[in-house]
Amino acid sequence: MTTAPHSSAYPGSNLHSVGRNTSAKRINRTIILWLTVGLLGFCLFPWYMLEDGFWSFEWLDGYPYDTDYAPALFLLLQQEKLWLAPILLFLLLPVLVLGKDKNHPWFGKILILAGGLGLGWLLLQGFSIGIRGWSFDAAQSLFGDLGDRQFGLGYGAMMTAAALLFTVTTGFASRGMINGDVFVVGVIGFILALVGMFILFPVLNMLSSALQDNDGGYSVSVFLSKFFDDKIWGLHCLSGARSCGVAWNSLALAIIVGAATTLLGLVFALIATRSGLRRAHLLRPLTVLPIITPPFVIGLAIILLFGLSGTVTGFVADLFGLQPTRWVYGMPGILIAQMLSFTPIAFLVLIGVVEGVSPSMEEAAQTLRADRWQTFKTVSLPLMRPGLANAFLLGFIESMADFGNPLVLGGNFDVLSTEIFFAIVGAQNDQGKAAVLAIVLLIFTLSAFYAQRRWLGKKSYITRTGKGDGGVSAELPRRILWPCYTLVAIWGTFTLVVYGMIVYGGFVEVWGLNHTLTFKHYITAFGLSFGENGILWRGSAWDSFWTTLKIAATAAPLTAAVGLVTAYVLVRQNFSGKNAFEFGTMLSFAIPGTVIGVAYILAFNVPPFELTGTGVILVLSFIFRNMPVGIRAGIASMSQLDKSLDEASLTLGANTWRTFRQVILPLMRPAVLAALVFSFVRAMTAISAVIFLVSAEYNMATSYIIGRVENNDYGIAIAYCTTLIVVMLTAVALMQILVGKVDLKRQEPQPA
Amino acid sequence: MNFKLASALSIAALSGVLAATVPASAVAAEKLTYYCSAQEDWCQLMAKGFEETTGIKVNMTRKSSGETFAQIKAESENPKGDIWWGGTGDPHLQAAEEGLTEAYESGMRGELHDWAISQAESGGNATIGIYSGALGYGYNEEVLKANNLPAPECWKDLTKPEYKGHVQMANPNSSGTAYTTLATIVQLFGEDEGFEFMKALHKNINQYTKSGSAPIKAAARGENTIGIVFMHDAVKQAASGFPIKVVAPCEGTGYEIGGMSIIKGARNAENAQKFYDWALSADVQSRSLEVKAFQVMSNKAAQSSPLAPDLSKLTLIDYDFKKYGSSAERKRLLKKWDDEVSTLPQ
Repeated sequence: MTTAPHSSAYPGSNLHSVGRNTSAKRINRTIILWLTVGLLGFCLFPWYMLEDGFWSFEWLDGYPYDTDYAPALFLLLQQEKLWLAPILLFLLLPVLVLGKDKNHPWFGKILILAGGLGLGWLLLQGFSIGIRGWSFDAAQSLFGDLGDRQFGLGYGAMMTAAALLFTVTTGFASRGMINGDVFVVGVIGFILALVGMFILFPVLNMLSSALQDNDGGYSVSVFLSKFFDDKIWGLHCLSGARSCGVAWNSLALAIIVGAATTLLGLVFALIATRSGLRRAHLLRPLTVLPIITPPFVIGLAIILLFGLSGTVTGFVADLFGLQPTRWVYGMPGILIAQMLSFTPIAFLVLIGVVEGVSPSMEEAAQTLRADRWQTFKTVSLPLMRPGLANAFLLGFIESMADFGNPLVLGGNFDVLSTEIFFAIVGAQNDQGKAAVLAIVLLIFTLSAFYAQRRWLGKKSYITRTGKGDGGVSAELPRRILWPCYTLVAIWGTFTLVVYGMIVYGGFVEVWGLNHTLTFKHYITAFGLSFGENGILWRGSAWDSFWTTLKIAATAAPLTAAVGLVTAYVLVRQNFSGKNAFEFGTMLSFAIPGTVIGVAYILAFNVPPFELTGTGVILVLSFIFRNMPVGIRAGIASMSQLDKSLDEASLTLGANTWRTFRQVILPLMRPAVLAALVFSFVRAMTAISAVIFLVSAEYNMATSYIIGRVENNDYGIAIAYCTTLIVVMLTAVALMQILVGKVDLKRQEPQPA
Repeated sequence: MNFKLASALSIAALSGVLAATVPASAVAAEKLTYYCSAQEDWCQLMAKGFEETTGIKVNMTRKSSGETFAQIKAESENPKGDIWWGGTGDPHLQAAEEGLTEAYESGMRGELHDWAISQAESGGNATIGIYSGALGYGYNEEVLKANNLPAPECWKDLTKPEYKGHVQMANPNSSGTAYTTLATIVQLFGEDEGFEFMKALHKNINQYTKSGSAPIKAAARGENTIGIVFMHDAVKQAASGFPIKVVAPCEGTGYEIGGMSIIKGARNAENAQKFYDWALSADVQSRSLEVKAFQVMSNKAAQSSPLAPDLSKLTLIDYDFKKYGSSAERKRLLKKWDDEVSTLPQ
């Protein structure tokens, strides 16, 4: 299946004329829709955030006059918060163009102006006036004391903001942007607003604190001195005296992990596809393991195996009469743990690539009398290059962002991700330092991310053309096969041992000391008893367990939705700035969780966006952390769907939204499933951002587990982790059944 | 695709969003947001106990004292928490100094030990002592024996060359416990000799951990030999069945006072005061034994475990909480430690 890159120009000329008379009506309908939403928000819903949440309905008491709960209109009528008045004006401005010719130059201009200025004003007043009056000293000195204050934006304000935003996008659409497609422009605007609000704003807000000195003033020299600190960039380890700067530590670790996981992943992929091993497909479940493994458990298992009193350490020491050492703490330990965690990711990337190398090319080489080794070296391997680069960069970024393993196994080997955490929570409590370290980390991950996109975007390594390829993949040359078998056997056994220890650890009295079998950890964590009022959830873990499930189940479909819609826009629509748009949406993949966590708590604790302490902030952090995966999955599966399908649907008079919903989406079920599963599972196992965002009411499983690990309570921590693994496997299976497999065959017509 | 699936998904998503915004109790019940920096089971015990006694719904978050302090500071413009209970006293004093917590004089003060009151006075009554524990160290008897090492008894023993690679303490930059160690050594030996001691000790340290009690936990599991920690943390490991021996150093030692503070601008200030008074009562403090917390409690009538280190039998220094709890002194000492000690080769 091939797609001509420029066929997108085609519908513009042809389809546009089909839809011309309907599109004017459509634009009018859209304007009316958003006008209504905006006015509802302004006149009927409480403008400010409610302390106890929407469903408390406390606001009905005294509504609509109580100023805490009043809609903006009623506030104005009572001469309160007069700075909200201009918003109403901008909101009503689009009435002017209703029913007018949409090709009139003022039609679009008025919409854009009204929406843009309204949105601008809404944000400006939100940021300038906080709970202590003016938020900026400049405004204070300019206008004097305000004598009033306001809280975060509530439901009414959100509806108004949405209405203003879509007024802008409708304006752009009416001026012919993207063939005048109201839906697509709206989606792009909406995603831009989301990315701006939930990725760019918090991250930039946090990074700006890197420029601040101790008194809150801004200073470049302070930043430079912090940035070039010896503790970040020092090279003392080369002279052997003491450890190097954290930046070098992280970089070295990430490069080694990237290379090692790529190598191991390649070996596994080769064995799985080209060894003639009958049971090779059994390797595939391996790929699921790292994403369903809660943080810390691998680190703990490694300590029990290789620590000073570890099983393996003791055995080897006895065997050779050596003194056991603490060698595992530091780089070696982190390296082992990260290789265990990330090798399956490399495998996942590489198996597709290895399978994608066309057998005919290899057969051609062999026909030309190349032996197996030559074929492998000169044909197969070079064709895998993009996959190798991809796997390396993934390993690199994952290692940079990893938080759990260095925390448990780091010893005196400091890395950036944990240093950021301790700069914030440690006794030093230095937000500026955390921001500087975050910048260094971001520079590394973003360069890797950028390199990946630059480098891989250019060359063509496509060998499968969609035309039938009858060849059989070449078997591995012997000199590679046996080393590969050995490596796979060793590493596979090792992985099994580690996971075996994890399961076992939940059933013993005190792990590493007293190995009497017991259920007590499960009972403490998940005990139940039956009282008069039904089941009593007595176990200490239930609270965080249900919260985690609820939050993950909320975040997963939203993440999938945002990701897939974005993917649709990226694959199917052409517009200027598309590359920047794509980069922006994929950005959060390269931003480590610790950075996001800190940035969120700083940005969303004060008006206009007051979200800390709610479940919403957790859901949001998951959506925007995991969105890139939804996008990737969507792009991959959508690129395989021929554009003629869309065009057929459009020609038949469906609009873009309907085409997306009824044609594209059903064909993308595998991508939907992948996005759902991934975001659900990540929401259950994420730790680095979560640890900053959990609150009394919304405590997550991982943060509970950290508490137990800190308390030397490995038993409960491990029992909980095992339970989570089982729950996630069940959920994944359920989703598989629910969303199902794609069935593209023609079906018997069913009575509707 | 079937619509059913799409709509099922969106309904699931929608109801999830709604569920996430619904507060745990839909009725406007009395509530208290409680930040806890002690061990998890103790925190739970306090939360459930208060709920049972008063019927006030308690929302608890457990984070280390450093994390909690950072959170309260970040939230200071718009406080979410009501009361902060547990954790070493320094961050509580620091919070008081920065005006993040509210002064309150409880009616329970008459029942408390003097050190609890003097802690309150150093913090302008914005904090109070709820328990105290002395600094010391613990060692793993089995590991010590396996390495043929003599049992250490004093601070100075730890600097002997035979213990090289066997001692662990937390990094004073990240741990309140380790900062207390640094401040204790400085007060015990004087600043110059104290820093000489820290430099000598540095040679024997195998790892500066991030968390304060990690060294003794590592020792308990045989991953380390000697851990410099609060004695009650070491006692807890011994009581859990690990081969840990607790040492009160012969030269004398410093101690910490665990704090409790009401957060400034608390939304449920009245309930916070109720909790405050309740938490200082003898009955409540005696319940610490249920969760193997071996600190000495601040109410004179509270029971303490026979395993708990008896503070009256230790040589305690006259720890200057006001001076060493202040931000300026802390920064100065930490910087000095960073520059002069942590950079040395080991």
